[in-house]
Amino acid sequence: MTSKFWTALAAGAALAAPGIAFAQEAAVDMTPPNGEIGYIFNTFMFLIAGFLVMWMAAGFTMLEAGLVRQKNVTMQLMKNVSLFSLAGVMYYLIGYNLMYPGDGWTVPNWLGAFAIASLEPVGLAGTETDLTYASTGSDFYFQLMFAATTASIVSGALAERIKLWPFLIFTVLLTGLIYPIQASWKWGGGYLDSELGFLDFAGSTVVHSAGGWAALAGALVLGPRLGKYRDGGIFPMPGSNLPLATLGTFILWLGWFGFNGGSQLYMDTAANVADISRIFANTNAAAAGGVLVTLVLTQLLYRKPDLTMVLNGALGGLVSITAEPLTPSLGAATLIGGMGGALVVFAVPFLDKLKIDDVVGAIPVHLVCGIWGTLAVVLTNSDATLMGQLLSIVIVGAFVFTVSLVSWMVLKAVMGIRVSEEDEVTGLDVAELGMEAYPEFSQV
Amino acid sequence: MKLIIATIKPFKLEEVREALTAIGVRGMMVTEIKGFGSQSGHTEIYRGAEYAVNFVPKVKLEIVVPPAMAEQVIDTIAATARTGKIGDGKIFSLDVEGALRVRTGEINDAAL
Repeated sequence: MTSKFWTALAAGAALAAPGIAFAQEAAVDMTPPNGEIGYIFNTFMFLIAGFLVMWMAAGFTMLEAGLVRQKNVTMQLMKNVSLFSLAGVMYYLIGYNLMYPGDGWTVPNWLGAFAIASLEPVGLAGTETDLTYASTGSDFYFQLMFAATTASIVSGALAERIKLWPFLIFTVLLTGLIYPIQASWKWGGGYLDSELGFLDFAGSTVVHSAGGWAALAGALVLGPRLGKYRDGGIFPMPGSNLPLATLGTFILWLGWFGFNGGSQLYMDTAANVADISRIFANTNAAAAGGVLVTLVLTQLLYRKPDLTMVLNGALGGLVSITAEPLTPSLGAATLIGGMGGALVVFAVPFLDKLKIDDVVGAIPVHLVCGIWGTLAVVLTNSDATLMGQLLSIVIVGAFVFTVSLVSWMVLKAVMGIRVSEEDEVTGLDVAELGMEAYPEFSQV
Repeated sequence: MKLIIATIKPFKLEEVREALTAIGVRGMMVTEIKGFGSQSGHTEIYRGAEYAVNFVPKVKLEIVVPPAMAEQVIDTIAATARTGKIGDGKIFSLDVEGALRVRTGEINDAAL
């Protein structure tokens, strides 16, 4: 196992923007800018940003609970609380050191270290702590939440027809192996970071489109819900609780300030605090842009504004700004988010045309807007190259999609991933769990 | 006695109730229903896909009145519930064989 120092340094250098500059400064001058105070503020910032990102799990859960039909709500709740917990265990057992191997790569630049994560001793007893960064505990906690977010993206797309256990087995693979391996290529200082100059501040590609590719592979292997596409038409299945879906979206919106803001990684100088503030403001602007564009476009295209799409538009805006929330002006951030909203409006019916059934719009929001946001980095950050961004999108996409597709096909062959027709009609709540979300609501 | 069954637009319920109590109707049964008539549903768009809503929400009133009052009740409902647009609803009237008030045992007109 690598030393904590190198793990922390690599993690910090890889995520910081501009990451390379930090790595060089840190390697040359190891004097912390403000002594223990800087370490304390960095760590404190990670803890706060981390629990905001943790709260995004609640956001995804409520969004999904609201957008599935009444008969599948309990299952969606069960899957979300389970996947969040599985991510916690898998990231500890395998993920963290695969993603941040420091100098302990198994295959340099491509495959990280296989080791269980461990924290610094209680009270930092007997250690010479690197005061230029933050505590390993806070770093682990913060990064773990990103792994959990990636898994949350998958559950919404596959809702209402997937069996519980195969889904959870896939979550183990995703959070233990697939996500950390591809994330190490960028944030662990691997190939995309060191050779391609790829820039992805908080994870439009590393988190969101990675989750989106895994969801797309799952949706293709799983097939659409019964009756969704029949007689040459598309039959919508309206969600059961739009107040919950809206609450979930606002929770995600709130959590995103931790997601993007915390990815600054440092809060030990005035410059870093000012940058975090820029990131908060830009993140909000992008979400607002996504909402407003979706609101107007759905009014123009569909006669009435569609709330579920407007909610997707907010998230599309947030995903779009995630690759570069620091350098854009407020205006540019609004437009980048607005473009994300527009992409959602066109991607949702496009997937329906292809008969790819994505219950909550995870693929338009996380995959399509994730790609857009990654490309949009070149608009405001001159350190990014279009080729570096494009190649990285393709490499990450090819890896995550292929491994996910094979995993889903193996799961399908070995244990089956889809409930029976009867169970699907009855609803997963009663069929798989024997428990309804709203037992006192009649359904006539 | 006559049973009058009326299906009306849900937003007209309160207005119809007030008009009927004003002419002396002392009770009615109200049910939320779905159905279709000449209006025969409409289409909505959800997430960019158009779909048919085959059953339209309506409110159903059931009112039992003495025969002499039936025509006035029907006219009042019709006048109050009318918007002139498609989907205003329908009114039916049927003969009722008997009525009984559970508390007192009164029967027929006295039970209404």
